[in-house]
Amino acid sequence: MKENARLADFLGGMRAIAPLIAAVVPIGLVFGAVAATKGLTPAEAGLMSTLVFAGGSQFVAMDIWTHPASWVGVGFAALMVNIRHLLMSASLGTRMQGFGPRERYFAMLFLADEIWAMAEFRAKVARLTPAWFAGLVAPFYLAWVVSGIGGAGLGAFLGDPVVLGLDFAFPAVFIVLVMGFWKGPETGAVLLASGAAAVATQHFVPGVWYIAAGAVAGLLTALVSGNRRSVEVTS
Amino acid sequence: MTVDLTTLLAIIAMAAATALTRLGGLILIRHVSLEGSRRKAIESIPPAVLMAVVAPTAFATGLAETIACAVTAFAALRLPMLVSVALGVVSVASLRAFGI
Repeated sequence: MKENARLADFLGGMRAIAPLIAAVVPIGLVFGAVAATKGLTPAEAGLMSTLVFAGGSQFVAMDIWTHPASWVGVGFAALMVNIRHLLMSASLGTRMQGFGPRERYFAMLFLADEIWAMAEFRAKVARLTPAWFAGLVAPFYLAWVVSGIGGAGLGAFLGDPVVLGLDFAFPAVFIVLVMGFWKGPETGAVLLASGAAAVATQHFVPGVWYIAAGAVAGLLTALVSGNRRSVEVTS
Repeated sequence: MTVDLTTLLAIIAMAAATALTRLGGLILIRHVSLEGSRRKAIESIPPAVLMAVVAPTAFATGLAETIACAVTAFAALRLPMLVSVALGVVSVASLRAFGI
């Protein structure tokens, strides 16, 4: 591909991700501030954002953080919270014909909800190229890491995130993403099962098992309603 | 600027688990065909997981959070993501300021 076309693709990706960067910076600041209250240094918070780069699991890790840190606990929690990436990566992987085999794996290491959503959207209207994907990832990744370090450094100076409502930015992003997955009453049944199982489990079981419980309940509901429909069709 | 060794170990465990989930899908589609009802069921996992993560905030934290979640969800039907999130944050902050 010509250099010009590659640059245009990179800039196109940057333009697409711009509004989400405005959304992720406050979340990154809050993550850093929360990490500081749990006793993490700015270096540790920055290292976590750099190596993990998955907001949901980083917040859950802070929620269950202990001293000394339990690598089994937070590692398993990260697996549970991020298992959704498996499906996003399977789905996006079918749309990466413009990528070399190694580029595919390297690019996928930077998968995040927002990047996945933008890349899937792009693939619907045009060929997804590595340059366009890099345009999504580079500014978003940088914003996440820098805002995390900044939040940990500023810590108390940011004010109480609960009073400012900033702790709500993260659930709010997830709610918007949930609404984006709506495909009719079947989705409603899945959401109902998942939500009920998660609330019940969180009430009775300590830790992050509620995420796994909700995911399994939603999946079972989808399987049951899918089977029932195919029975109706065959009978 | 210090990094504690057990903290580093915990971060590496998280990074490894997360990388596994990111690359797992690519490996999966090389070996398994995801068509028909199997694909339908698997498509239900992202909303189920997202819902499980937010459900305790939405239904079991407080009235301010429940109302703000509803505001965000309705806003998301029409408005862009950033605006919906901002509306949710402003709602929860004002509701808490009024002591709800």
